[in-house]
Amino acid sequence: MSTARTRTVLFLAPGLGWLALFMLVPVGIVIADSFFQRGIYGGGVYTFTLENFARAFDPLYAGVLLTSAKIAGLATLAAVLIGYPAAYAIARGPKHRQPLLLFLVMLPFWSNYLIRTYAWIVLLNREGLLNQGLRMLGYDGEPINMLYTDATVVVGLVYNYLPFVILAIYASLSRLSGDLWEVSSDLGASPFDTFRRVILPLSLPGIAAGAVFVFVLSIGNFVTPDLLGGGRVQMVGNLIYDQFLSARDWPFGSALSFLLIGIMMVLLFAQALVVSRSQGEHHG
Amino acid sequence: MTADSAGAMPAAPPSLEKAPAEAAPLLTVEGVTKLFPGITALDSVDLAIRANEFFALLGPSGCGKTTLLRILAGFEAPSTGRVLLEEREITHLSPNRRPLNMMFQSYALFPHMSVRQNIAYGLEMDRVPSAERRRRVDEILATTHLTDAADRRPDRLSGGQRQRVALARALVKRPRVLLLDEPLAALDKKLRGQMQMELKRLQHDTAITFVVVTHDQEEALVMADRIAVLDRGRLQQVGPPALLYEAPVNRFVADFIGQMNFFDGTLVPGGLQVPGLGHLAGTWPLDAKPGQKATLAVRPERLVAEPDEPAGCTNLVSGEVVEIAYHGQDISVHVRLPGQDRPALVRASASVHDRVRYRPGMAVTCGWQTAHGRILID
Amino acid sequence: MAEAPVRTATAQRAVARRRQPVGLRVLRGHLWLVYAFLYVPIAVLVLLSFNRAGLPTAWGGFSVHWYGELAANTAIQRAALNTLIVAVSSTLIASLLGTLLALAVERRQRRSGLLDAVLFAPMIIPDIILAIALLSFLTLMRVTLGLHTIVIAHAVFNIAFVCAVVRTRLKHFDYAIVEASIDLGAGEFTTFRRVTLPAIFPGVLAAALLAFTLSVDEFIIAYFTSGAGPSSTTLPMQIYSMVRFGVTPEINALATIVMLVSFTVLFAAQRMNRGVIGADA
Repeated sequence: MSTARTRTVLFLAPGLGWLALFMLVPVGIVIADSFFQRGIYGGGVYTFTLENFARAFDPLYAGVLLTSAKIAGLATLAAVLIGYPAAYAIARGPKHRQPLLLFLVMLPFWSNYLIRTYAWIVLLNREGLLNQGLRMLGYDGEPINMLYTDATVVVGLVYNYLPFVILAIYASLSRLSGDLWEVSSDLGASPFDTFRRVILPLSLPGIAAGAVFVFVLSIGNFVTPDLLGGGRVQMVGNLIYDQFLSARDWPFGSALSFLLIGIMMVLLFAQALVVSRSQGEHHG
Repeated sequence: MTADSAGAMPAAPPSLEKAPAEAAPLLTVEGVTKLFPGITALDSVDLAIRANEFFALLGPSGCGKTTLLRILAGFEAPSTGRVLLEEREITHLSPNRRPLNMMFQSYALFPHMSVRQNIAYGLEMDRVPSAERRRRVDEILATTHLTDAADRRPDRLSGGQRQRVALARALVKRPRVLLLDEPLAALDKKLRGQMQMELKRLQHDTAITFVVVTHDQEEALVMADRIAVLDRGRLQQVGPPALLYEAPVNRFVADFIGQMNFFDGTLVPGGLQVPGLGHLAGTWPLDAKPGQKATLAVRPERLVAEPDEPAGCTNLVSGEVVEIAYHGQDISVHVRLPGQDRPALVRASASVHDRVRYRPGMAVTCGWQTAHGRILID
Repeated sequence: MAEAPVRTATAQRAVARRRQPVGLRVLRGHLWLVYAFLYVPIAVLVLLSFNRAGLPTAWGGFSVHWYGELAANTAIQRAALNTLIVAVSSTLIASLLGTLLALAVERRQRRSGLLDAVLFAPMIIPDIILAIALLSFLTLMRVTLGLHTIVIAHAVFNIAFVCAVVRTRLKHFDYAIVEASIDLGAGEFTTFRRVTLPAIFPGVLAAALLAFTLSVDEFIIAYFTSGAGPSSTTLPMQIYSMVRFGVTPEINALATIVMLVSFTVLFAAQRMNRGVIGADA
């Protein structure tokens, strides 16, 4: 029996050690840094302060936090509204075609994020396909600049994360028993009632998983606001990036990261709550 | 409970009294107890399995039969007790050193190997030279009718073929004992019947001792030379199928194997006093005392139900037919008897039915011979 | 009296049956629009990479000119080589450690929420946070940044990823085959080498292929942990700096090649282990 335990430890140690040393410790350092004063890497004294967090709520930066939350929220809402019917269509489609339909949804998700974001610059720039299309339709004014707005950033985020939302919702829909779709209408419910009272509540865990994923990755996003927002749209991710690579205020950047981690934890916890509550309902 | 209660059966027909000639046991289980957190899976079990025997461990799920099989294979160690192969203790010998092989319930075929590679694996582990390995694999492939499927992967085989590969893989090593964990559970009913005969043939041809775990009493009765019945970790009775069927030692065995009518009452001289039915004749168990609570057990096919008093019966009770179920070869007649919650079950042949024409509401008299009733004390 | 509600229910059922196909048809139309939304931007990009004209405004005829330009660009060749080194190294490390982790975690009887959280974290944590955390850590430890630090960083999320994929594979793994092997006379090591590993190998290989594409495509973490200078510039970093200068057919060509490689690897992974990229779950 003890050889089995030795083997378990031997198998666990390298991988967990790697994650501990190169993820947990670094994140711990970020959290510690967020309580220090600026300039610690110049060899100064490690002085405890809450000033970094106070600064994060200074109107200048609080605005960025709010913008980030607004953009991430809009992206989440749009992704769920577009993704849900798509997942529903796949789940109600013929069983043998579902894997292929889902594969086609997921394929772009696994390709290069930068390139997928860049593709929208190609479409939306002043000489891009959309402006050309408008001109062909008879528009002869100045080319419209569709880049560098909040909306563009939202479109980019939805584009990049939509596949995952569809996957998450599909996963919860496909777990519903086949009879469930029929039984409610057999009991006299209209299709809308069936959806609202049976299907939707049972697919809430999938919606929660997809929504939390999109929101967390959107609010901390750097590439999309940077490329599609062109510096005119600032989000927390860009702010953190600046603190580390241009402003050289690592403690403040760390404090902002800590806030992001906090938001992430709260949302994951909320999601776990939705899942366990819905499972509780299953078991009566 | 003693391991082999064959000698303590006064009411059994004499032909069943004689166990097969006593040979030195091949596999001995001595006082094996297995404790898992919170449950006692096995409670001081003693067993002696003879060479060349087709032995079945029978019981409902959770009775400990699989745990016992895994102790024999070496995947579990008993909390107390010993396992011996002939004279040698093997209780703590690791599974790869035991001359016993197991056929797993899931078959556990290696998915990435062909049928031939699956079967040859055990011989490779024994470092059997390749020429002999090939010969022995070909031989077992032929015996198990798998020659045509030899180069296929398990996922390209039918359920019956997979079952035979699992069997061939264990048999090819010519183990002293072959352990089979619910070998037929995954097959459909028709195939199961064929494979029961096939297993018997293989056991006979290979002269290897088979120990099979099953929850299916019919399967155990058909295949095994001897059966051990387990319930909640305790051994209930060991013996040949006919003995267990005709002379069960307690209510559990009587109920688990086949169908049985039970009449609860109190022991009085010469038999049992049953509320509603009066005095029923029967032979007392050896250690019984008057006034003790007891049960009279009668098989449905030993009961006769006739409109008039049936001839040749020593026990007679009258009742009313409540239901009839048609089985084809015979029929079940449910008869309500005075003072009994559950109707008695009578199995009547088609010819009896043709004559009597049972129908619900009909008044009948049930009867049986004293020798066919067994008084059980639990 | 008793018939009235029955008839209503039947009528409603008939209405439901008639109405449903229309609803489903609308949904299916929506699904096709979603596919268009997902694939049109990529398709336009690929198409424009074959445009003879230097500007995206007008179609100047089919040409592979820009692919030739790429072939002559030594900076891109260098970046591609760096990317390959990082991706192969981090994939090898992650395949080994991630598989061992999965084997150990799945054999444990008790579930551990903390362990699951640690194994899940690298996949959900925003990459900018992992990037600055590693930068802070490496700076504090006075580690010289370069390709090797990118490998370390990429191994973090790839270990978690390989572990997750192999664990899914192990969920369908019949542990009886391990016992069968031992029962047939094999030792623990032989059993691992000849039974356990081959049985889970398709899953490990698929996970490795996906880890490879994750590493090839990863930008921010590599950017923060690479240090300065072209010696540790990876392809996504190269693409990023090119994109900031605007749309050029050369980027289109490079993007097309990168996506072609990704899609090829993804198809291979899906063939290896159905459902691994999320489809057919």
